[in-house]
Amino acid sequence: MWLINSSIGKKVLMSVTGMALILFLTFHACMNVVALIDGDAYNMVCEFLGTNWYALVGTAALAALAVVHILYAVILTLENRKARGNNRYAVTAKPEKVEWASQNMFVLGVIVILGLFLHLYNFWFNMMFAELVGMEGMFAPTDGYAFIQQTFSCPVTAVLYLIWLAALWFHLSHGFWSSLQTLGLSGKTWFCRWKLIGIIWVSVVIILFAVVVLAFALCPDCAGSYC
Amino acid sequence: MATINSRIPEGPIAEKWTNYKAHQRLVNPKNKLKLDVIVVGTGLAGASAAASLGEMGFNVLNFCIQDSPRRAHSIAAQGGINAAKNYQNDGDSVYRLFYDTVKGGDYRAREANVYRLAEVSNNIIDQCVAQGVPFAREYGGMLANRSFGGAQVSRTFYAKGQTGQQLLLGAYSSLSKQVHDGKVKLYTRYEMEDVVIVDGRARGIIAKNLVTGKLERFSANAVVIATGGYGNTYFLSTNAMGCNCTAAIQCYRKGAYFANPSYVQIHPTCIPVHGDKQSKLTLMSESLRNDGRIWVPKKLEDAQKLQSGQIKGSDIPEEDRDYYLERRYPAFGNLVPRDVASRAAKERCDKGYGVNNTGLAVFLDFSESIERLGIDEIRQRYGNLFDMYEEITDVNPGELAKEINGVKYYNPMMIFPAIHYTMGGIWVDYELQTSIPGLFAIGECNFSDHGANRLGASALMQGLADGYFVLPYTIQNYLADQAIWPHISTDTIEFAETEKAVDAEIDRLMNIKGKRSVDSIHKELGHIMWEHVGMGRTKEGLEKGLELLKNIRKEFNTNLFIPGTKEGLNVELDKAIHLRDFILMGELIANDALHREESCGGHFREEHQTEDGEAKRDDENFFYVGCWEYQQNDDTKPTLIKEPLEYEIIKVQTRNYKN
Amino acid sequence: MEKIISFTLKYWKQNGPKDKGHFEQREMKDITGDTSFLEMLDILNEQLIEEGKEPFVFDHDCREGICGMCSLYINGTPHGKTEQGATTCQLYMRRFNDGDVITVEPWRSAAFPVIKDCMVDRTAFDKIIQAGGYTSIRTGQAQDANAILIPKTDADEAMDCATCIGCGACVAACKNGSAMLFVSSKVSQLALLPQGRVEAAKRAKAMVAKMDELGFGNCTNTRACEAVCPKNETIANVARLNREFISAKLAD
Repeated sequence: MWLINSSIGKKVLMSVTGMALILFLTFHACMNVVALIDGDAYNMVCEFLGTNWYALVGTAALAALAVVHILYAVILTLENRKARGNNRYAVTAKPEKVEWASQNMFVLGVIVILGLFLHLYNFWFNMMFAELVGMEGMFAPTDGYAFIQQTFSCPVTAVLYLIWLAALWFHLSHGFWSSLQTLGLSGKTWFCRWKLIGIIWVSVVIILFAVVVLAFALCPDCAGSYC
Repeated sequence: MATINSRIPEGPIAEKWTNYKAHQRLVNPKNKLKLDVIVVGTGLAGASAAASLGEMGFNVLNFCIQDSPRRAHSIAAQGGINAAKNYQNDGDSVYRLFYDTVKGGDYRAREANVYRLAEVSNNIIDQCVAQGVPFAREYGGMLANRSFGGAQVSRTFYAKGQTGQQLLLGAYSSLSKQVHDGKVKLYTRYEMEDVVIVDGRARGIIAKNLVTGKLERFSANAVVIATGGYGNTYFLSTNAMGCNCTAAIQCYRKGAYFANPSYVQIHPTCIPVHGDKQSKLTLMSESLRNDGRIWVPKKLEDAQKLQSGQIKGSDIPEEDRDYYLERRYPAFGNLVPRDVASRAAKERCDKGYGVNNTGLAVFLDFSESIERLGIDEIRQRYGNLFDMYEEITDVNPGELAKEINGVKYYNPMMIFPAIHYTMGGIWVDYELQTSIPGLFAIGECNFSDHGANRLGASALMQGLADGYFVLPYTIQNYLADQAIWPHISTDTIEFAETEKAVDAEIDRLMNIKGKRSVDSIHKELGHIMWEHVGMGRTKEGLEKGLELLKNIRKEFNTNLFIPGTKEGLNVELDKAIHLRDFILMGELIANDALHREESCGGHFREEHQTEDGEAKRDDENFFYVGCWEYQQNDDTKPTLIKEPLEYEIIKVQTRNYKN
Repeated sequence: MEKIISFTLKYWKQNGPKDKGHFEQREMKDITGDTSFLEMLDILNEQLIEEGKEPFVFDHDCREGICGMCSLYINGTPHGKTEQGATTCQLYMRRFNDGDVITVEPWRSAAFPVIKDCMVDRTAFDKIIQAGGYTSIRTGQAQDANAILIPKTDADEAMDCATCIGCGACVAACKNGSAMLFVSSKVSQLALLPQGRVEAAKRAKAMVAKMDELGFGNCTNTRACEAVCPKNETIANVARLNREFISAKLAD
């Protein structure tokens, strides 16, 4: 099977899963914005994405994507270290062209995963998981709005989220065009275009996330009642 | 005295090759599997021959001194490759290419060989395009051509300024396919140290594994050497650092004749020498002469100011410039053949008109063509050469320097002639076989096609012609009855003795334990060669040179120092072996130059020139190939054997590029 | 005024692939700016030989930037730092300053084991080409060269891909030791021309398989390769290789 045997195949897996995760994040960011507009509306979305079969299938698929992405990140990184050999250069100079993110995708990925655990604990564990096992929490599992208010009222958590989002931005700013390059959809002309599109796309997504965090961190009560 | 048989087939010149192919002996497919062929060298000639022979079914052993066959020095050829395609509809034909080549070679080439070369030239282009060589094209999708020195038609195919690279990579890719198919076995970082002769036939080689230092034996039914020229005898040349004549000289020591060694080509457009630490000279493609104009100042005082650094080339206005090639050769102008252009530059510099601090340089100027075509077009054509020039000299030749009276002056390049190519080489007959049966020589390392001077873009043509289209035929004529000796054993007394001799020679060199490094002696050799056996040769100079070469050999044999041991990789040892043979080569060049009392092509004897300084040939007494036969040892003067030249259709006349 | 500089040279000595290797150091005095980097090393070697020591070993041949033999990692950059990309042999000492420390290392990659000092074994590249970097045509009567017209833009682009000199700087610069730029340049050259199109799918698969087998790393699109390529090959080639490879595999 070329997808798991060849170097390009493994990279294709990384690209496709990465792209799918970017699409998920885009959806997630759009959903979050609802919380800024109206708390009840947001809770409706939470209810809709509760323990329905389609939400569960979606979550499982998402988890599978993440696992494949992470697993192959580890495999590729190990292979690449081996290919590099045992001797390291005494002096290295990074060429200007080379973006910092591109050389640190794995480290950034690790930060993203750590943030993900925090996030899953803050929300998913209290919401979907609680609903599944019938766990009694502080709020009702579908009261996402309350969870947001509670989570970001803690300044440390808010700062951690912002760091997480920054790492995510770097990770995606390279990941976006890199995945299209790997899929062979790039070239001399499209390289710059994809890069620009990627930066804009990823920035918008991350800003949407960050706005929600900041809004709830700075003014937990007024955030959901702007209109 | 030995006689020479060049084995030129019967019949009219245009039919010789066809007739030859129709009547030569072939090897049947089954027998091919039993036959081994050694090819030494992986340049254009070597790689194309190895690939073709492998494809035909022979078992090929292919050797090169570099880490990969793709690095052979053919890769550095910039300008292009000639072919008589007449795609430009400018009146080109096989005959015209043949005629230009013979004329360019100053009527010292073998007619039949050159005609065959012109004949197969078209196949080469077809072959290379089929391999995926990205030749330059016109907007209509057809192949583009440019003109080159010594011709009045545009017949040169090119791939930017990297034609040699592209052709070599084409041959290398075909070779790689044969390696993949198991028909060619590659030996990289191996150097041929000697040829093994069994019963008068070449039956194998002794090669040194350059990494382990071990000597190894290889046997074959025929040995093909494609090891290039001997330009590095002069130390400074445009050849690669690794280029050497050891394989050729070793064949010569074993009895192969060495033909016309004095025909050494000096390329007119190289970057001038800058200092005594310089290791090599860099060529600027001759194609620059298409759009560049060569000049020196008209006034001696301007030249002196240039030499002392008071003014720059762009400070001299149009009317004070002497475009001496256009002045002396109105018909060909800046596109005269290389030898003529080189000598003209030397003549100007000897008269004191040189333009750099050493007084050994002339200008190559693009002002006129930049004005006419625009800098973009010029950069499109020569951009990489301009960049290369700037990297080396810190001067950008496309840069506007000055405007005097509305005339724009751009920075000119500085150029000077340098040793570039050697027309002489191992003597071969029409079949490219040397005077030792079973030993073949192809490409620059043989002598046959360029006479006394090679035209631009003809070296690539000859290398590929020999490798793809000539040797694969002619070698079969030799191999046809060889299948009775399949896969010859190397456990024979001849192999053992040859290996022992090589080993003893290496021990001798290691044990000299003197004081001087190989390079320091080589530089001295180069200096002697350039001074006394260089562009303008005289009887006294050559005799003095031979005297000095004797001293060099003595110095080498008594005062050489090689660090390390013979085991493992020892770069200095390998260089020492090369130098030993460069010294012998130097003597060969000098001896041949001394005996040839005429001026022709790359060989210019100052005693033999016309009143206006042009070369004066002596067809009555020197219309022959001078073949040198080795005698007992390096110190004994070799014997001259003459192969008379017989021209059937070309009328020998004075070369005229004036009108 | 010609620049004349003195500096400290640190160069890597390693006696064979198994040896650990170490740096040696020497003060180089009064080197003129128009000396090439390799000529500067010639001067070093002359000094070493004069002292009865073994010379510093490095690969070099044509010294005009085309054979791809020279391969030194200078101050953290393959071939040293120049504006428009050049090989080590085309690097001139005027690029350095008085008092500099210049560190010279070999290409370091598992697929390029050190032979001695800074000379490395790059036969892996040959093996990749042998796997499929050619058109399978026989010597002899190929059709007329103008029989297939090729648009100038395609021919020019193929030429740009074909200028790769196989020096290995891309692998040396890549943190993953990936050979994708080298492989993709050859694949691209032949994929862009009708002559090479015939075997394009087979070629892409065979060359990538060989590249993987030889232990080169995976491309993570850091672009370090194109930043150091002396012949300015670009990762547009890598995208083309990915495209060729994926479509070939999908068609299987």
